[in-house]
Amino acid sequence: MLEAKALASHYGRIPALKGIDLAVREGELVALVGANGAGKTTLLRALSGVQPVSAGCVLFDGEDITRASPHWRVRRGIVQVPEGRQVFGPLSVEDNLLLGGYTRKRAEGARGLERVYAMFPMLRDKRREAAGTLSGGQQQMLAMGRALMAQPRLLLLDEPSMGLAPRLVEEVFETVHALKSAGTTIFLVDQNARAALAIADRAYVLETGTIVHAGTGAELLASKQVQAAYLGL
Amino acid sequence: MSAQFLQFLLAGLTVGAIYALVALGFSIIYNASQVINFAQGEFVMIGGMCTVWLANAGWPLPAAIAAAVLVAAAVGLALEKLAVEPARGASVVTLIIITIGASILLRGLATIVWDKNIHPLKAFSGEAPIQLGGATLLPQSLWVLGVTVVIVLLLSWFFGRTLLGKALLATSHNRLAAQLVGINVRHVLLASFGLSAALGAVAGILVAPITFTAWDVGVMLGLKGFAAAILGGMGSGPGAVLGGLVLGIVEAMGAGYVSSAYKDAIAFVIILAVLFFLPSGLLGRRSSDRV
Repeated sequence: MLEAKALASHYGRIPALKGIDLAVREGELVALVGANGAGKTTLLRALSGVQPVSAGCVLFDGEDITRASPHWRVRRGIVQVPEGRQVFGPLSVEDNLLLGGYTRKRAEGARGLERVYAMFPMLRDKRREAAGTLSGGQQQMLAMGRALMAQPRLLLLDEPSMGLAPRLVEEVFETVHALKSAGTTIFLVDQNARAALAIADRAYVLETGTIVHAGTGAELLASKQVQAAYLGL
Repeated sequence: MSAQFLQFLLAGLTVGAIYALVALGFSIIYNASQVINFAQGEFVMIGGMCTVWLANAGWPLPAAIAAAVLVAAAVGLALEKLAVEPARGASVVTLIIITIGASILLRGLATIVWDKNIHPLKAFSGEAPIQLGGATLLPQSLWVLGVTVVIVLLLSWFFGRTLLGKALLATSHNRLAAQLVGINVRHVLLASFGLSAALGAVAGILVAPITFTAWDVGVMLGLKGFAAAILGGMGSGPGAVLGGLVLGIVEAMGAGYVSSAYKDAIAFVIILAVLFFLPSGLLGRRSSDRV
């Protein structure tokens, strides 16, 4: 479904991604793990079109989308839940969700709203409140709900469990798992490498802008090198 | 309340409403791009001058007004497309300097397309003053206040009730997130320039029968609108309206009770005072988001 070939990106003259090759197939849950500063967020931003690509290409359904605008990608179903939630703080919870469906028709937006509220009942209770007043965990649910409003075919999740209490982390991973079971293709970046690898079909390990390991989630969980570097064993 | 005070208050409200419209234009562009558009005053000038020109050419007043607003909006769109968008990625200071350059260019073009004379515009509905508690009110003042109220209501409906308006707000709050939900932020920027230009033009047309218009009226009206926006809190819609009205009233009172020689100085004293003591303005955002 999604393929990156020799993808490179720079911040000024500093390379952040040095030729990434990866693939996400329809229906898969693929995880990307790596230390802080490895380039995980940069990679997701490049896939969403908000980070300039200096070399290589991105294919979606076999079509070259390297130069496509961010809003065109959302329309095609590549939707990202960004790192740090990035909800629209002064706007209400419901407005945040409706803006998530900005690229969809109005009627689809109303149906999407019902689906998201069914999935996260807490958001329905808080729908009139300003998004900025929600707790971190609630904002994460809102950010996920907002992305689901765009009816993603490929959901890019950037650090969905960052800064959350352990019980909420569990909830987030349950939600991710439920979305996968419902047929959404997911590309997940998380610092919680163990949890991410445990639910992933396949995974990549990123180190200073280069993919250094690839395999099934179980393989990487069992790998001595990955255990030493990312699982603290 | 003395008749004199009422007279100054009415004068202040009228001119304050004009400042409010100009200030709203500043705030809308600032929200979309963090740019303070110093060509905002030129939209005011274009609105007034273009209406006068078309009316003198024999157009009926309503048609001349509508056309002038459209011309100004087109100039606003062209400014974004030809001067701001090509500099995409430049720093905000660079963009502000671009708008200063654009304002000089627009003033120059106005002297060529039109002339350097001062032009009157016929009041929309007669000149007979209305008596009100000892004070007099020009019918044109009622037009200024009425149209401003309608525009403020329309804007609050647009930003509070429509998805497009909310998309504009969302983009101003978090550009990255706006892109990630599929908002075309370049269209948002374009729309904000068109909308601000139209607002400026309306202000320039409304005030033209009271103060007359000329190629250079945009300089002072632009600065007053800027002062109003700073006073209310740059980027805040209600702040722009409040700032405009307060500035207009303070100016009228100052001119009436102290000396009209200081009328224009008052706006600048207010800018300095706000920047020293209340940098986010009366209703500006005090950032307090949870992270």
